[in-house]
Amino acid sequence: MEAEANSGSPEDSWAFFQRPGEGCRTVPLAGHVGFDSLPDQLVNKSVSQGFCFNILCVGETGLGKSTLMDTLFNTKFEGEPATHTQPGVQLRSNTYDLQESNVGLKLTIVSTVGFGDQINKEDSYKPIVEFIDAQFEAYLQEELKIRRVLHTYHDSRIHACLYFIAPTGHSLKSLDLVTMKKLDSKVNIIPIIAKSDAISKSELTKFKIKITSELVSNGVQIYQFPTDDESVAEINGTMNAHLPFAVIGSTEELKIGNKMMKARQYPWGTVQVENEAHCDFVKLREMLIRVNMEDLREQTHSRHYELYRRCKLEEMGFKDTDPDSKPFSLQETYEAKRNEFLGELQKKEEEMRQMFVQRVKEKEAELKEAEKELHEKFDRLKKLHQDEKKKLEDKKKSLDDEVNAFKQRKTAAELLQSQGSQAGGSQTLKRDKEKKNFF
Amino acid sequence: MSKGLPDTRTDAAMSELVPEPRPKPAVPMKPVSINSNLLGYIGIDTIIEQMRKKTMKTGFDFNIMVVGQSGLGKSTLVNTLFKSQVSRKASSWNREEKIPKTVEIKAIGHVIEEGGVKMKLTVIDTPGFGDQINNENCWEPIEKYINEQYEKFLKEEVNIARKKRIPDTRVHCCLYFISPTGHSLRPLDLEFMKHLSKVVNIIPVIAKADTMTLEEKSEFKQRVRKELEVNGIEFYPQKEFDEDLEDKTENDKIRQESMPFAVVGSDKEYQVNGKRVLGRKTPWGIIEVENLNHCEFALLRDFVIRTHLQDLKEVTHNIHYETYRAKRLNDNGGLPPGEGLLGSVLPPVPATPCPTAE
Repeated sequence: MEAEANSGSPEDSWAFFQRPGEGCRTVPLAGHVGFDSLPDQLVNKSVSQGFCFNILCVGETGLGKSTLMDTLFNTKFEGEPATHTQPGVQLRSNTYDLQESNVGLKLTIVSTVGFGDQINKEDSYKPIVEFIDAQFEAYLQEELKIRRVLHTYHDSRIHACLYFIAPTGHSLKSLDLVTMKKLDSKVNIIPIIAKSDAISKSELTKFKIKITSELVSNGVQIYQFPTDDESVAEINGTMNAHLPFAVIGSTEELKIGNKMMKARQYPWGTVQVENEAHCDFVKLREMLIRVNMEDLREQTHSRHYELYRRCKLEEMGFKDTDPDSKPFSLQETYEAKRNEFLGELQKKEEEMRQMFVQRVKEKEAELKEAEKELHEKFDRLKKLHQDEKKKLEDKKKSLDDEVNAFKQRKTAAELLQSQGSQAGGSQTLKRDKEKKNFF
Repeated sequence: MSKGLPDTRTDAAMSELVPEPRPKPAVPMKPVSINSNLLGYIGIDTIIEQMRKKTMKTGFDFNIMVVGQSGLGKSTLVNTLFKSQVSRKASSWNREEKIPKTVEIKAIGHVIEEGGVKMKLTVIDTPGFGDQINNENCWEPIEKYINEQYEKFLKEEVNIARKKRIPDTRVHCCLYFISPTGHSLRPLDLEFMKHLSKVVNIIPVIAKADTMTLEEKSEFKQRVRKELEVNGIEFYPQKEFDEDLEDKTENDKIRQESMPFAVVGSDKEYQVNGKRVLGRKTPWGIIEVENLNHCEFALLRDFVIRTHLQDLKEVTHNIHYETYRAKRLNDNGGLPPGEGLLGSVLPPVPATPCPTAE
């Protein structure tokens, strides 16, 4: 039962324990309670669940990204080298299950393919940024679900980004600066100088200084190893000064002295990968894996992911405080949005209704027109019909008259004929004459 | 974090091809994960140390609630568990308080440290529970309090700019004190546990176990266990949350043999056989609290603190809190359940406590 103060603890954790108004006082323990096993309990649980770690390697084709990953994790990951003829930048990602003693690690390595090979590299950084954002988005979506399973969720967010710098010996390329600037607020960037056996020692120091000053002057935030925990502050502090690390990767083993070591053989000598005088590979491995893996994961979650989440939610229109800096609850924002939405809906409904009414009116008018026309036509036809009827009747009448007249004449003629036959034959002439006259 | 490997207990050399479900990468690639044979030491296992250091730096918090009729020795037991004066009775000057007319909820926080591990312990006491003549619905203030803590946490979690570490006031563990009648559970006990076992981890405890002989004790325990089972009350450790076979066998043993723990509490020390032990002095002998032959206090302490503390917190966070959250986001909002940012916005808090999840 020790009340030994942890002198290296930052303000944060103490302030947490002394919240005002709660009367929290430190109470001494009269015996061994046993909750000092709590970190072990926590760790055991995590071990049984397994850890995951995601590394993104960004760099031009041929800088040795895959080889470095192989060397770092002491194993041969699969994959063939990419060609230089890729039309655009793509990301290739692979997941591996590694096991060491009782710790299982799900390692995901994402590599850029075709970075820096195009003629026009303006959009080269875009696929990378989109990929990182997509992982954040996936996590955010899972977090916002109603039924979510966060504790078994496979975390695919990128925890560390190794940026491979070409060993020109002069300065950073503008493509590097632009890409790093775009990535620095989204991921922990660790810049490394690749294939550093191409640079001599003196050139290397100058190169490192130039790179660091360029990064600072352009405001690029690279990952700083944390120096607040006293047990690692010292080593992290010295390592921070060695950034960017100059590394060499090799999976070939050569016999040097009486040990098998990873090395690269040249006619003028052998470069040993794990020799600190030859390159910074050991430092990189220490920093990346053995000292700061957990911190990288935490920074990704608490800084980069929170930033992304905040921007995304603000984009959607949710706020925490309004312009008068009075805290809003999401509740009020929601109500406001909802009313807005309902209002819009109502407006649309009104519009549609009006449009409908108008259409109906138009159609009605049209139909009325048509009806009128039909009536007119009908009237016209009727009139026509009557006219014709009348005409026909007239004609009939006249014909009838003629027929009657003819009949009368016929009877008159017959009468005359019968009289004439009595009066002699002269009447026949008369009759003939009359007949002729008649016709 | 996903369950990484199928079996961490066999040898390191594995050679199975396990296809992994990938959550839509920007560039859809061949989803293959292989178990690689490592050719040398990398240092992945140092992550354990890193994690341990980090958690020790941030500290832990633990909130324990004690429920039971007055006079069952709740405060004394909590003091004994944490070997310090952490209960309500110790913090206030007035040792002889009147029994309150309604159930009150009193939360008192302390910081205790051991072996470099800092813990903020909050003891939530419920004076007045079960003490009235008419005890109907006396569990409601307690349920309300528990849901209020979930609500507080949810509000913090839904904020746009979130705190780095959300203060956790949710009740991780609820010790329910059963009166040692020797017969069976009271209707009040059953009602309370039925309602609350769905929102919080309940650990039933038989109080003042020094009033029962060994046979009476084991019979009582059996009867209590049977009654709990018959009434469908799932106390912690719940069967449905056992993660793997090892957990299951371990928890089964606890569930079927030891629980409910029959405990005796005391904060006074006496000399026994040359050692100073916590105990209760009676004319016929000294009852040693930490002696397994006398009572099961040591089992309770080991169970709650030394082995299952973290698990209590995790079950609260991953299961009870998630259930509350899901219900909250579904209820009363007219919102479609499921994905989408709109589903994240909170509807107004319902006037009555949320119906407990099935």
